[in-house]
Amino acid sequence: MRPLLFVPLLIFVAMAVLFWIGLGIEDKTSLPSPLINQPFPAFETLSLERGESITAASLTNNEPTLVNVWATWCPTCKAEHAFLNDLAKQGVRIIGINYKDDDYKARQWLLAYGNPYVWNVPDPDGRLGLELGVYGAPETFLLDADGVIRAKHIGDLNDRVWERLGQQYEALKR
Amino acid sequence: MKWLLMGFVLFVSSVTLAMVDGHKYTFDDPYEADRFRQLAEELRCPKCQNQNIADSDAPIATDMRDLVYEMINEGQSNHEIVDFLIARYGDFVTYTPPFRLSTFLLWFGPFLLFVFGVVLIIGIRRNQTLPRQAGLSDDEREKLHAILEKAKQS
Repeated sequence: MRPLLFVPLLIFVAMAVLFWIGLGIEDKTSLPSPLINQPFPAFETLSLERGESITAASLTNNEPTLVNVWATWCPTCKAEHAFLNDLAKQGVRIIGINYKDDDYKARQWLLAYGNPYVWNVPDPDGRLGLELGVYGAPETFLLDADGVIRAKHIGDLNDRVWERLGQQYEALKR
Repeated sequence: MKWLLMGFVLFVSSVTLAMVDGHKYTFDDPYEADRFRQLAEELRCPKCQNQNIADSDAPIATDMRDLVYEMINEGQSNHEIVDFLIARYGDFVTYTPPFRLSTFLLWFGPFLLFVFGVVLIIGIRRNQTLPRQAGLSDDEREKLHAILEKAKQS
């Protein structure tokens, strides 16, 4: 037996494994976030709806919370809005970040399509978005009761996504 | 008048424009303009994955350019700027990946392949030359002898 004969086979197997891993990554456009298991970045501003004072500490109110980054200019946000309304009805605490948007338009939008958010953080210049590594709305962060980011989803929330994310959410309840 | 004009020309030439995005980013120091250009080419747009933030028209690339411009003007080093972005967007934002166990193949893969190739070539060469050095075996020599004898007789 000449061992060299097996070299092409070995190369083939190595390439096949690498391609299997590479092509198996389901969605290449969603990047892993370095913020997982980090506390939510600090901010201090007035809420979009009623202008009350809000900070990162008031996000969770001691229960697991979804923080949803959205904007009126974002068509996918419109697509996921009904699902967020459903989640809110089921009692999921959702905070909104109105990302690079106009406050007036955002309020009109919430009046027209319903408001699933406990309150919204206005982020007109995208500064908070930058702290969060947001690169395209909608994005959703799952926070535990202590305000630590536990998961991030890029793209719209729907039944299929919630199958996985909802389990994580339930697990964080105590 | 002449002096005024000369002063004006000096002033204009002392302001260096970074080439990215027209005339939006101006620097007094040409060294900082270079830094800006270099960083904008080194940083990757997370939205449009095969473009750097200098080339990309995506809104997020514009935000990142603004941020880099701001941080350079605040006197932050290249290292600080890149680290700031990596902490928020992940390793993905830089075209120069960090040394880590997970990036081992990325850094040393080509070198390993080269070594593998050299070993392979040496192996093949040796396989080709070995039989020639060994010459004929005793059996083969006898056979050859017999054939030559036959040829002589006929």
